[in-house]
Amino acid sequence: MIRAILIFNNHGKPRLSKFYEHYTEDTEQQIIRETFHLVSKRDENVCNFLEGGMLIGGSDYKLIYRHYATLYFVFCVDSSESELGILDLIQVFVETLDKCFENVCELDLIFHVDKVHNILAEMVMGGMVLETNMNEIIMQVDAQNKMEKSEAGIAGAPARAVSAVKNMNLPEMPRNINIGDISIKVPNLPSFK
Amino acid sequence: MALKIVKGSIDRMFDKNLQDLVRGIRNHKEDEAKYISTCIDEIKQELKQDNIAVKANAVCKLTYLQMLGYDVSWAAFNIVEVMSSSKFTYKRIGYLAASQCFHESTDVIMLTTNQIRKDLSSPNQYDTGVALTGLSCFVTPDLARDLANDIMTLMSHTKPYIRKKAVLIMYKVFLKYPESLRPAFPRLKEKLEDPDPGVQSAAVNVICELARRNPKNYLSLAPLFFKLMTSSTNNWVLIKIIKLVSCFCVVKYLGLLAMSKILKTHPKSVQSHKDLILQCLDDKDESIRLRALDLLYGMVSKKNLMEIVKKLMLHVDKAEGTTYRDELLTKIIDICSQSNYQYITNFEWYISILVELTRLEGTRHGHLIASQMLDVAIRVKAIRIFAVAQMATLLDNAHLLTGNMQRNGICEVLYAAAWICGEFSEHLENPMQTLEAMLRPKVATLPGHIQAVYVQNAAKLFSTVLKSQEGSTEGTAAQETSQLMIDRLPLFVQSANLEVQERASCILQLVKYIQKLQQKEVEVAEEVSALFAGELNPVAPKAQKKVPVPEGLDLDAWINEPPSESESEDEQPKAIFAKEEPKHSRSRHTEVDEKELARRREARKQEQANNPFYIKASPSSQKVYQESPGVEHIPVVQIDLTVPLKVPGLPMSDQYLKLEEERRQKERADKKKKEKKKRKEKRSGRGRRHDSGPESEEDITPAHMVDIVTEEMPEMCLTLNHKVCDIQGNLQDGSQVVVSVIFENKCDSLLKSMEFNVLDSLNSKLQRPEGSGPHDGFTVPFQLPPGVSNEARLVFTVQSIVMPQKMKGTLTFIVKNEDSSIHEKLDFKLHFTCTSYLITTPCYSDAFAKLLESGDLKCSSVRLEEVNMPFHHLLARICFHHHFSVVERIDSCASMYSRSIQGHHVCLLVKTSGQTVSIDAKCDEPTLLGNVLDEIKQTFSQC
Repeated sequence: MIRAILIFNNHGKPRLSKFYEHYTEDTEQQIIRETFHLVSKRDENVCNFLEGGMLIGGSDYKLIYRHYATLYFVFCVDSSESELGILDLIQVFVETLDKCFENVCELDLIFHVDKVHNILAEMVMGGMVLETNMNEIIMQVDAQNKMEKSEAGIAGAPARAVSAVKNMNLPEMPRNINIGDISIKVPNLPSFK
Repeated sequence: MALKIVKGSIDRMFDKNLQDLVRGIRNHKEDEAKYISTCIDEIKQELKQDNIAVKANAVCKLTYLQMLGYDVSWAAFNIVEVMSSSKFTYKRIGYLAASQCFHESTDVIMLTTNQIRKDLSSPNQYDTGVALTGLSCFVTPDLARDLANDIMTLMSHTKPYIRKKAVLIMYKVFLKYPESLRPAFPRLKEKLEDPDPGVQSAAVNVICELARRNPKNYLSLAPLFFKLMTSSTNNWVLIKIIKLVSCFCVVKYLGLLAMSKILKTHPKSVQSHKDLILQCLDDKDESIRLRALDLLYGMVSKKNLMEIVKKLMLHVDKAEGTTYRDELLTKIIDICSQSNYQYITNFEWYISILVELTRLEGTRHGHLIASQMLDVAIRVKAIRIFAVAQMATLLDNAHLLTGNMQRNGICEVLYAAAWICGEFSEHLENPMQTLEAMLRPKVATLPGHIQAVYVQNAAKLFSTVLKSQEGSTEGTAAQETSQLMIDRLPLFVQSANLEVQERASCILQLVKYIQKLQQKEVEVAEEVSALFAGELNPVAPKAQKKVPVPEGLDLDAWINEPPSESESEDEQPKAIFAKEEPKHSRSRHTEVDEKELARRREARKQEQANNPFYIKASPSSQKVYQESPGVEHIPVVQIDLTVPLKVPGLPMSDQYLKLEEERRQKERADKKKKEKKKRKEKRSGRGRRHDSGPESEEDITPAHMVDIVTEEMPEMCLTLNHKVCDIQGNLQDGSQVVVSVIFENKCDSLLKSMEFNVLDSLNSKLQRPEGSGPHDGFTVPFQLPPGVSNEARLVFTVQSIVMPQKMKGTLTFIVKNEDSSIHEKLDFKLHFTCTSYLITTPCYSDAFAKLLESGDLKCSSVRLEEVNMPFHHLLARICFHHHFSVVERIDSCASMYSRSIQGHHVCLLVKTSGQTVSIDAKCDEPTLLGNVLDEIKQTFSQC
C-alpha cells in the first residue's frame, strides 16, 4: 500500500500532497517538512530509498523518491510494495505529466494542482496502484478533459477568455525550472527534454 | 434564463479562480497569511451563492489551501453540495476536495451515501470512476456496509475501466467491513482471469494485500498465480506475484535449498547471509529450520563459530520437541568438530558447550557428547587440566544427570567423564573426592558399560591417590583409601553385568593385596601406578592395515577347530565385548581367548567406527607407516600448544565468546603496532611493501591447537613433491616465489577435482586467480589417472624473506572408482627455507673485499664437527644446496658469496682443519644470516 504521495520543490514547498490515510492538516505539514529534510540532504548519487520518518510509519515504511530538476517526487510505501516497482511508477507518473502538460515544469504543477490530482487518480486509487500503462492513463485523462470542455460549452467561453488574458503574463515568468536535464539521467526518455 | 447564466458567468469572470489564488499568494510573499485569510473570506462569500459554478470554484481553491495546511473542514457541507452537482466538472472538484479532507469522523459523510450510490450507477463511466476514486479515500465502515453490494455489482461492469476500480476498492471495503470478504471473494478470484490486464492487475493487487495479512488462506491460489506469473507480461503484476509467493514460505524453503547448493561451490557468497539464515531458525516451519541448520554447517569460520553456536544454544533452550532439539544438538557438535576442529580456537569454550549440552533432558545423543569429550580431551593436550576439572564436577553432580536413569541417554556422558578423570587423574585437584564420587552406591544403577568404566577408572584414581598420600608421610591415609576401595567394590562384584563383575573382582583382589603390603609398611604406590603407565595415543582408523603381516602367519586359517555355532552363541553373550573397553588396546593384554579372535575382530571393526580412540593416526603408528614400503609420507603437523586460560569453577560458554573477542582485539592491536613499526622502517628507506589488509580468517591464532595428524591413505596414495623453482624478488612489491608441485597418483583410481589450498600467513600468501577470495583454493587444472604424475605451478608472494616459512595446506580431491567416488583430504606443509631465497650470484674478490670492509655487515659463525668429505666436496655441497658461489679459494680456506632476492649480501669464510669446519659469515640482515647458517648446518648433519 502507498501511504502518501508528496511532490515538493527544492525548498520544501509542497506542490502536491496526497495522503491515503487521515492526518490533521498540521501533521500533514509536519510530515511534508520532515520528509523534505530527510530527502533533501541526500546526495544525488545515493540510492532512492530510505526509511520513513517518525511521523509517517517509522521503520516499517519506506520513502521512495526521485529528484527531477527542481522537484522531488516522494512515495511513502509499506513493505508490500516493491521499491523498483514504485520507482518505475514515479517515472510513469512524471512521463504522464510531461505528456499531459507538454514539457512539464514546476509552474504547471503550481498552477494546475487539480489537474495533477486528476492524473494521479488514474494511477493510484486509495493507496493502491490502479494503472501503470501510460497510454491508458493518458487516454482516460483526455477523455475526462474532453467531457469537461463539452460541459463548459458556450457558458464557459467568457471565463476561458478572461483566464487567457489573466494568463498572458505567465510565459514571462521564469521557466528556469524546466525539467530539462532529466534526459541525461533517464536516457530512455527522449521525450523528456 | 440564458441571460442569467451569461450574467452569472460574467460575474464569475471577476472571481478569483485557482490560478489567480496561486498567483496572488506568490505576489504576497511578505504577508502570505494575511492575504490568504482575505481569500478565505472571499471563498466563504462565494460558497454562500447559489451558483454551483461559483461554489465549485471556491471548493477548488479550498483544496489548494488545504494542501498548504489550512483547515477546510468547515466547508465540508459545501463540498458535498459540489459533489452532488450533475456536471462532471464540478462533481470531480467536489470528490477531489472530499478525498483530500474527509475522514471517518467527518459527520456530513452520512449524507453522501445516496449521492455516491447514484453516481456509482450513473450511465457515465467517469461519474462512476470519480465516485469510486473519491470513495477509496474516505470510505467509512458505514459506507462500506451500505455500498458493498453496489461495488460488487460494478466488479462485473462492462467497462474494464470501472471493473478495475471496483476490484481495487473492494480491498478498502474489506478493511472497513470484513463481512463482505466472504461473499465477494469468488468474484475477486474470477477477476484474476479477467481478459483486461488492468483488471487482472487490480485483482492481483488486492489478493496480495489480503494474503500479506494471512498467507495461509490464499495458498490455494498458488497454481493460479503461477499461471499468471508465466503468462503475464505486466511487470507490475509480476512483482506483486513474486512478493505474494514469498509470503507462502515455499520460496523460503526453496531459497534455503538453493543456498545449500550454492554453498558447495561458492561458500563466500552464502556466508554473507548468515544473519538471514540464523533468522530462519526462528521460523515456525520445522523443515525450514532444519534446512537453515544444514546451511549453517557449511558457513562457520573461525570468526563466527562462537557466535553461531551461541545462537544455536539459545535455540536449544527454547526448542520444543525433542526431535528438533536433538537435531540442533547434533548440528552443534557437527559444526564444532568438522574438519578436525578446524574452526575452534578455544577448546575451553568447546568443553563448556559440551558440558552445557549435558543439561538437556531426554536427549538421545549422550553418546555423541561423550565421544566429543573424549576426543577433545585426548587430542588437545593443553585442555586436559580444564577438561578434567569439568568432568570431576560432572561426576560429582552425576545425580543431576541421571534423574531418569535408564531411559536417559545423557548418562552416557558419565562414561566420558569417568574415563577422562581416571586417565588424566594427575590433573585432578582433589582426586580423593572424585574417587569417592565414582564409588557411590548410586553408580550401581547406571548402565553396565558405564559402570565398567567407573570401576576401571576408580582403580586408576586409586593409584594416583596412593601416590600423593604416600608421598606425604601419612601412611594411614593411604590405608584408609585402600579400605574405601575394599568397602565399596563388592557392590560392583555383585553386578549382573559380567564386564563389571570381572573388573571389580580383579581390582578388589588387587587392592586387598595392596592393603596387605601397606600393613607391612611397604611402599606400593610406584608399582600400582606402573599398572596404568604409558600415554594413550589416538590411532588412525586404518592403522591396523599398516602393520605388515608377519611371514608365515595365515590370518584365515583356523587356529583351533571351529566350535559349533550354537555353542559359541550360547556361551558368549555378545554384551561383554560389544562395549569393549579401550584399555585393551594398551600393552596390558588380558588373557585373550584365542578361539574368539576371529569373532572379536569383527566386533572391533564395528566398534572402531564410533570409538574416538581410533579416529586419527598417532606418532607411533607413523613409525609403522614409514616402515611399510613404497608409501611416501607427508610431514605431520605438530603444533606447539599455548598455555590455556585458567578459569576456575564451572564456566559458561558465553564468557569465552567475550574472552575470545578480547583476545582477538589484542591480537589486532599487536598487529597494528607491528604494522606501524614496519611503516617506520619503510620510511627509513627499506622500501618494502607491507600488506595491511583486513583481518583474515587465518590471522586468528587459535588459543589451543588440536593434534592434527595426517589422514593416512593406504589404498590410495598421492604424493606431493614440491620444490621452489623460481624466485623473483624486488624491493617494491615484496617477492614472488613460484613453487612447482608434482602430483603423483599412486593408487588405482582416478583423482579429480583437486583443490589446493594454503592457509595464508601474514608474510606469505598464495596468489589466487582474480576474483577469488582469500580462502578459496587453487583448482588444479588437471585430473590424474592412476600412476600418472603432473606438475602445477603456484605463485606465492612473500613479504619478508629473513625467516624460513612453513605453510599449512590442504589438498582436497575426489577419488573416482568405477562404482563410487569419495571425497578425500590431504594435509601437507610447504617449507620455504631461507636458502631458497638466495640466488647464486658471482662476485669478484675485490668487490667482495670492499663489501667486507664497508662495516655494514653483521657477523656470525658456526662450526661443523665430523665432516668426512674432501674440502671441494664440501664447497660444492654449499654451492649446490645453498646457492653460493666461490669467490676465492686458498688451500683449506674459501670465501663464498650469495645474494638474496631482496638484495641482502651473504658472505661466508669457510675454513677446514681435519674434520672440523668453521664458517664465519657476514650479512646485512642478522636474522637471515642465522637462519641460513642453521640450514647449512642441517645439510651437513644429515650426511
